[in-house]
Amino acid sequence: MKLAVGPVLYYWSREALLDFYAEVARSSADVVYLGEVVCSRRHSLRFEDWLGLARELRSAGKEVVLSSQALLESEAELRTLRQLARNGEFTVEANDASALALLAGAPGFVAGPHLNVYNETTLAWIAELGAKRWVPPVELGREALRVLQQKRPSGLETEVFAYGRLPLAFSARCFTARHYDLPKDDCRFRCLEHSAGLPLATRDGEPFLTLNGTQTQSARVYDLSAATGELRELGVDILRISPQASRFDEILSVFRALIEGTISAGDACRRLEATRSVAACNGYWHGQPGMEYRIDA
Amino acid sequence: MKAAVESGADCVYVGLRDDTNARNFAALNLDEAAARKGLSCAHAAGVKVLLAINTYPQPGGAERWRRAVDFAAEVGFDAVLLADAGLMRYCADRHPSLQIHLSVQASATSYEAINFYRRQFGVRRAVLPRVLSLSQVENLVRNTEAEIEVFGFGSLCVMVEGRCALSSYVTGDSPNTRGVCSPAKAVRWKQGPDALEVRLNGVLLDRYAQGETAGYPTLCKGRFSVNDETYYAIEEPSSLNALALLPELMRIGVAAIKIEGRQRSPAYVAEVTRVWREAIDECARNPSRFSMRPRWTEVLARLCEGQQHTLGAYHRRWK
Repeated sequence: MKLAVGPVLYYWSREALLDFYAEVARSSADVVYLGEVVCSRRHSLRFEDWLGLARELRSAGKEVVLSSQALLESEAELRTLRQLARNGEFTVEANDASALALLAGAPGFVAGPHLNVYNETTLAWIAELGAKRWVPPVELGREALRVLQQKRPSGLETEVFAYGRLPLAFSARCFTARHYDLPKDDCRFRCLEHSAGLPLATRDGEPFLTLNGTQTQSARVYDLSAATGELRELGVDILRISPQASRFDEILSVFRALIEGTISAGDACRRLEATRSVAACNGYWHGQPGMEYRIDA
Repeated sequence: MKAAVESGADCVYVGLRDDTNARNFAALNLDEAAARKGLSCAHAAGVKVLLAINTYPQPGGAERWRRAVDFAAEVGFDAVLLADAGLMRYCADRHPSLQIHLSVQASATSYEAINFYRRQFGVRRAVLPRVLSLSQVENLVRNTEAEIEVFGFGSLCVMVEGRCALSSYVTGDSPNTRGVCSPAKAVRWKQGPDALEVRLNGVLLDRYAQGETAGYPTLCKGRFSVNDETYYAIEEPSSLNALALLPELMRIGVAAIKIEGRQRSPAYVAEVTRVWREAIDECARNPSRFSMRPRWTEVLARLCEGQQHTLGAYHRRWK
């Protein structure tokens, strides 16, 4: 199995992004997804900057994929998407049907987690359009994946979201701007202040969700480290680790060790726990509410 | 359905009584016999009937969804409302003369996406997710041959439809997988000494002091704490009401207005449909002189969730 670094979902400064990717270049990750998936107002790096970064990571031996934005509303966002689709150099991850429209027929795109590929017929269709890899929706659990892996078109790779706060929803509304009582068009880029998103708790103080601009994530960190063996048995090719603002090198090392079988699941779990201040969840994998955490017998 | 037909709807969407549609509540939907009967009554009145099959077939279980498509073709529904590409392909291959409407659950928010579904499966009409501003809707309509349908009145989904897993995160069931959001079976109300608490599978969604009205506990419309401030962090309990935008929607070429009905009582459906019918007819007769009648405003305001309504994403400030 390979290890992939998903796109950075938060709004980080240019310096933070460059530092992060310098570290990723030195890491054991095999695949790196770049680009802005959440909000077109975020502009620490421009298209040319991302391309430059992509070339550097490629020189460092990484497979680089450029991810498209998940929710498109404006003509300007479509222009950016066309630029991405025509880049001519790097594979693109399609995260909505507009991207599929532009990438269909050009072999070798990645069908991202925000496309609704829930069943074998749609999976076959995506492969015919030219996908070389797909990432199932996060809701899809182990048993569902088992069925799809059996019916998977030949040559199609499967990548599973294996670690990070779950990207659960997108909206036209920016919840960070709403929190600061600002209109989205004049948000003053307050997301920059929240490198791990803005925590939302219930009225009895339980961490519940994470506001990340127009995206809503889980508060808990989805952690499939204990399922690495099952993922391998199911023929999953790549594990996606979603970028975190702190201790990301340690998270990658733990997953690398799991893939190589040099660490026990229990040790992996403890080391990952030490990198975060919130609880883990893995319910989706077990066909349960996503927020739950199951310890497999 | 009868209320909608009698009150002036041009088309009515119905769902079968299972998880093949995004309003999976037994009491709201029809078994096959009732669907046949409703269809012939509506057709007799010159009203079209469309079958919503707009959840995502789950792995290995596509048979039930395909049967629903076959049923729609066999019985003579005027169109099917679909979200899943695999099912659209099945429909286009097997029943080429059955019209496909693209459900809001397909999350097609741009003309590129809609035109793509049109090229792939011959989609005739697309229902837009509630994310675009009025000028964005206008730009989209200009760039597609597909008929465009937009939401006019009903609950307000603050998240992009088809892109929200909040409900399954908490309860295991979501609109995409099971056709439900914040399902009633996971809701628990508890009266404490000074507040009424509502939980969804154990997660506290809100706490109501005496005198506060408590609506249906949809999880994105609860009060939560962010930075020690407790408020409706995602959305207030309010409804979408776009009646004031009707002349604009008609001018830019929107083909149909969608009014939420399947989760509502016949009386509600009749009242809302009648108001919109009158407004649309009047606006079509004389678009430049259109003005909202006080009675329309009063009827719609009364039927809104928490008596609050909003223009939603049509109005940029909402975002």
